[in-house]
Amino acid sequence: MTGRSWGAFLLRRLAGTAVVVALLSVGVFGLLYLAPGSVQQTLLGTRPATPETIAAIQARYHLNDPLPVQYLSWLGGAVRGDLGTSIRTGTPVADTLGQRLPLTLALTGYGTLLAVLAGIPLGVVGALRRGRATDRLVVTAGVVGLSAPPFAVGLLLLVVFAAWLGWFPVYGTGEGFADQVLHLTLPAAALAGGAVGMLVRFSRAALIRELEQDYVVFARARGLGGAAVLGYALRNSLVPILTAAGLIVTGMLAGTVLVEVTFALPGLGSLLVDSVTFKDVPVVQALALLLTLLIAAVNLLVDVGYSAVDPRVRLGGRAS
Amino acid sequence: MTRLPVSVAAAFAVLLAVAVAAVSAPWLVPDATGQDLMLGIAGPGPGHPLGTDDLGRDVLQLLVAGARTAVPGALCVAVGSMLIGNLVGLPAGYLGGWVDALAMRWADLMFSLPALLVAIVVAGVLGGGYGLAIAVLVVLFAPTDTRVVRGAVLEQRHRPYVEAARLKNLSAWRIMTRHVWPNIAPVALANAFLNFAYALVSLASLSFLGLGVPAGSPDWGRTLSDNRTQLLANPWAVIAPGLAIIATAAALNIVGDWLYERVDRRGRAR
Repeated sequence: MTGRSWGAFLLRRLAGTAVVVALLSVGVFGLLYLAPGSVQQTLLGTRPATPETIAAIQARYHLNDPLPVQYLSWLGGAVRGDLGTSIRTGTPVADTLGQRLPLTLALTGYGTLLAVLAGIPLGVVGALRRGRATDRLVVTAGVVGLSAPPFAVGLLLLVVFAAWLGWFPVYGTGEGFADQVLHLTLPAAALAGGAVGMLVRFSRAALIRELEQDYVVFARARGLGGAAVLGYALRNSLVPILTAAGLIVTGMLAGTVLVEVTFALPGLGSLLVDSVTFKDVPVVQALALLLTLLIAAVNLLVDVGYSAVDPRVRLGGRAS
Repeated sequence: MTRLPVSVAAAFAVLLAVAVAAVSAPWLVPDATGQDLMLGIAGPGPGHPLGTDDLGRDVLQLLVAGARTAVPGALCVAVGSMLIGNLVGLPAGYLGGWVDALAMRWADLMFSLPALLVAIVVAGVLGGGYGLAIAVLVVLFAPTDTRVVRGAVLEQRHRPYVEAARLKNLSAWRIMTRHVWPNIAPVALANAFLNFAYALVSLASLSFLGLGVPAGSPDWGRTLSDNRTQLLANPWAVIAPGLAIIATAAALNIVGDWLYERVDRRGRAR
């Protein structure tokens, strides 16, 4: 591959991502106007509607300017880290997000770790035992994991491992590292379910495809051991597994909302639900914008990473 | 006809049970939401095989009645998104050009969004309840159907029967609807099953968060959120609806996957 086409690919993908983020930011901004009631009322929330506060809100959000100007000033503030003030608590939204973020990151990180540790080995076992009872069991378990909503799994885990067996605490986030890990284990396991299902499916299919390739047959014919051949095939099947990463991240983001509500964990997900229920539009806007950026960044990273490994993606223009 | 795999047979059995419950709920459990506040939440006992929830409602009756709220909404989403998918995907695949480019850019944009999160935000901020949640999910699911239909049409477009129809000077619309569509319909149907499963889970999730069905409905997701703080008093009030959601969604996915495989094999053999 020449450097020129690599650069062109990168530029094209960056431009595509920028367009998507711009379009979605208009949608996020529009939430304020879609919410029932007048914009002023929505932004006032529970604050007393004195002429001073109304004037302050109008000045703060440039409500007397034309819409595009309002949008730009909102976006400009967001870019500089000014995400407005929460209607519910009256505190700056950026501070609240900063407090809530670590828990959500820890939960999704732990969930991803559990999903990779369970999903890829299960997929490999399924591929090696293809068509046999073990494989059918693995495939069915994968479909169940993919289908089951995290809140239902979480509650079932709570019943069995917290209420009946008493191995894990029912609620709370814990103090100190070991205690926190203990408290986050059930939520992370509930969150991992969907990703395990996806990883089983992708890794099994990818490894089966690799094992049918000529180079595997040659390697076997040359007398290479099973473990060495499996090593080659596994390395090559990692590329398609990587494409599942985007799907897994978006799945995890939706899942963390349900899991945090199920286990009453004070993360970004439960903040989103509380804010949506309370119609705390500035917080909802900030979270939506954050999620938009996060998902766009992951999709971009996956695409770029994938094309760095497999030049055909760049030549074809787009991954399919 | 090959023998049905065990998992597919089991999935059909689950779906049959859910369908029977959904259809016959008004006769089977006419008073499912009847409360017995004196009793409150209680474990399994005489008259209540799975116990009662915090309002003294019978868990087993709620479970049966819950099928009636779970299925129709999800069915609306699956059918609605399939209709849009066909309406957009058929011309996109057959005509190509700017129609295709426009449809695919739209699909790309929608694909970059996690459907459930958007539904939470939009349904929550607008506060439109169950009907709005269904409408939002239809719009968010439609790109998948569009992609699937378009892909299937691309495969058919250069087949001899399409060329023959074109030589007879039939209109593009007529070729699309009368000749191409019957050949891609099985793929669209198999995909609708997978969407049905996803819609069921999404609507249950919204109801769990209090953004779906109205309070007091005998909905599986709603029952779970109502009883999640009382795991010790009657765990069955959580186990029963939880298993119902997981089993139904898994059964729909298994049947959908199986249909897909069959349709795919038939398409290749042709």
